[in-house]
Amino acid sequence: MSVEIKTAIIEPVRLTFDHLEARIGKGKAATRYQEAVHDMQSTQNFHYRPTWEPELELFDKRRTAIVLEDFDQLLDPRQYYYAPYTLQRAHQQELADGNFDMVEKRAMFATLAPAWADKIRRLIVPLRHAEWGANTANCFMSAYAYGAPFNSAALMQAMDRLGIAQYLTRLALVLDDHNPQILDRGKELWLNDPVWQPLRHVIEDGMVLKDWFEVHVLQNLLLDGAIFPYAYRHFDQAIGSQGGVAYTLVTEFMRDWYAESVRWTESTIKVAIDASAANRAVVESWVKAWEPRVRAALTPLAEAAFAEAAATVVESIFTDQAARRVKLGLAG
Amino acid sequence: MAVKKASLKEKYRLMTRGLDWETTYQPMDKVFPYDKYEGIKIKDWDKWEDPFRLTMDAYWKYQAEKERKLYAILDSFSQNNGQLNLSDARYLTAIKLWMQGITPLEYAAHRGFSHVGRQFRGAGARVACQMQALDELRHAQTQMHAFSHYNKYFSGFHQANHMRDRAWYLSIPKSFFEDAMTAGPFEFVTSISFAFEYVLTNLLFMPFVSGAAYNGDVATTTFGFSAQSDESRHMTLGLEVVKFVLEQHEDNVPIMQRYIDKWFWRGYRLLALVGTMMDYMLPKKVMSWAEAWGVYWEENGLALFNDLSRYGIRLPKYHEIATKEKLHITHQAWMVFYTACPATAFHAWLPQPYEMDWLSEKYGETFDRFYRPRFEKFGDLEKAGKRFYTNRLPLVCQTCQIPDFFTEVDNPMKQAVRHSEWRGMKFNFCSDGCKDIFVNEPEKFCQAYIPPQQIYQGNAGGARTLAEYAAWLRCGMGTESGDYYSSDDYANWLKWHGERDTTPSSSAAAQP
Repeated sequence: MSVEIKTAIIEPVRLTFDHLEARIGKGKAATRYQEAVHDMQSTQNFHYRPTWEPELELFDKRRTAIVLEDFDQLLDPRQYYYAPYTLQRAHQQELADGNFDMVEKRAMFATLAPAWADKIRRLIVPLRHAEWGANTANCFMSAYAYGAPFNSAALMQAMDRLGIAQYLTRLALVLDDHNPQILDRGKELWLNDPVWQPLRHVIEDGMVLKDWFEVHVLQNLLLDGAIFPYAYRHFDQAIGSQGGVAYTLVTEFMRDWYAESVRWTESTIKVAIDASAANRAVVESWVKAWEPRVRAALTPLAEAAFAEAAATVVESIFTDQAARRVKLGLAG
Repeated sequence: MAVKKASLKEKYRLMTRGLDWETTYQPMDKVFPYDKYEGIKIKDWDKWEDPFRLTMDAYWKYQAEKERKLYAILDSFSQNNGQLNLSDARYLTAIKLWMQGITPLEYAAHRGFSHVGRQFRGAGARVACQMQALDELRHAQTQMHAFSHYNKYFSGFHQANHMRDRAWYLSIPKSFFEDAMTAGPFEFVTSISFAFEYVLTNLLFMPFVSGAAYNGDVATTTFGFSAQSDESRHMTLGLEVVKFVLEQHEDNVPIMQRYIDKWFWRGYRLLALVGTMMDYMLPKKVMSWAEAWGVYWEENGLALFNDLSRYGIRLPKYHEIATKEKLHITHQAWMVFYTACPATAFHAWLPQPYEMDWLSEKYGETFDRFYRPRFEKFGDLEKAGKRFYTNRLPLVCQTCQIPDFFTEVDNPMKQAVRHSEWRGMKFNFCSDGCKDIFVNEPEKFCQAYIPPQQIYQGNAGGARTLAEYAAWLRCGMGTESGDYYSSDDYANWLKWHGERDTTPSSSAAAQP
């Protein structure tokens, strides 16, 4: 015997909001990502000029040299709104938690060659401050970028960087049996050790930039493009033969995260440079201005980490980065 | 010394504090250019007590769990046509007003907290603000998703994003939040985190979410409950901000007092819309505005300020006026919505007989003497087929932007209007509170985008009349606008319920 469920037929009056219909066409249902990001930001009839920047409106396209007809084109290929973002990160943090637990339970850092433990202390742990710099940069973008698709993704990126700084903190504490002196020493190195000064200098100069898209290019394209391959690929490969499997495990989050976040970085930059030759020229001028400084910042770290192999590593990282930019449509 | 098991507080300190540093390649004042110009003096940012103590991994974990539950319920709500279980479709006027007026503020809050999350020089304060920025994004987005289903069946939601920056009544919440965001970082957190989220939050959050629960709105109730633990974090931040700033330097006290005076009044005026929702838009009533004001301000609010007196903070200016007005403002506001609803994207209606009785019960002589006769007069006109709609653009307050319908606090028969001259221009206000705010910052408030004036200047799509203006807002009589009982929403509602009217008929029906 079958149960017949009688339901009233209720015809919807419309399928989506007007502002989405204008983007996706009539008679189509919008995705939750589209509902979450499109046209969320006010665009006109602002009441007061910011007392902190009275020459501009509260939200103002003039906060970047990039010109776009519609800043809502700067979409996130991951289609992150709050729910899928937190669900994805919650999943990743569970894996990271498991890795940290295993490394601690099996005392896996005990097999690491002491010279390489020192290298982590000196050449990796201070990166937690660089991540805080990346948090500052992306928070800036979230505050002043035009349009919700870009600005909301930038805040997620900012929070991710805080998360990575915290994973690096945890890595340091696990390495040194929870003695917090490793963190104090790392900060001391960040502030005074010559190998870190060029990087700190670039990051601090980035903190006073006014153009949010320039901050995006500097932080998420150029700096990350150098630091992540250094710390989580080359350093990881080198430490592998030195009993460094623990390092591989507790930095898994960073590798996965970077592979994912470059999709957003590259896609947003591609939209901007494909929109006009002028935009491309602006982005290229930023690359030209900042890339030598990023290279100069990475070189002393690579030299301290990889000794005679350093030049090859640096060359390989920056050759890859140039190829990546050419693929995006920029002059290398 | 090995610290095997760091306490939660210690662990959080290690995870957050010490990440930042004093910059040397660029001066700190250039890296943080905005946190000194208000005159607030911070001697030691390390004295900041972290209100949340959440590391990012814990944040992701807790929040993801909440999102999983929330979206499961929203999906089930849509699948089962949950909109049919509302008490009555009139209820949706409250939710339309929410989507048009409040959801944009959630997004604006997300931006505002990103701004202060970048600009404060203390790492603890910045992390707290950044987390709130992310929470506010959550609220804006979950609300869009909850209302998305209603949009498919009712009118007034579909063009909310178009109206947000244009409609006369949405200029009230928009100007409120833009005032906060364009202020200095300390004023922003005092206005939003303290005055609004801490002092007045129960007058916003409680009425809406309880109203949703009483009226069968599972979607709104669910995101309301889901947001509750975020809100309690935000309230803690609000109180921490104020205590921290007051403890840092005695010179901060008068500045903070001015912020508290201003934002109490700004917040209170905005809440007139919420009170009107409670008294007039909910088919099943939760409590009256006067009762809510009694509990949440006259009891809880006064007790809070008692605690703050040790810092040299006194009660906000004009709080006694707000208390005296509690018997009047919602009736005056609904009268305006009733007559001006050809230019709103929600419907209005005359209170039903059971509601008139409820209002008499809650407001006694005030209602029976001053407001019932007017509603009865409107009722007579309706019966004669002459439903009254206003045809004029209102004078609005230069500060709060509410049409000037409030009356003198001791004479409900006399409209309250205040004036001020500045740079040869005359400005109008609804109250002494709003006039004071203007006089303190005329350079700021003279800039306000005042919709009726903009319409007369031809800046609203060239509209000259209320009807043309409504068309520019994409509001049409019977679809988005006008009286509920002649609307498509009502006709559809009857159709979907087999022509059975769900309007409660007795005062007993007003209570669940």
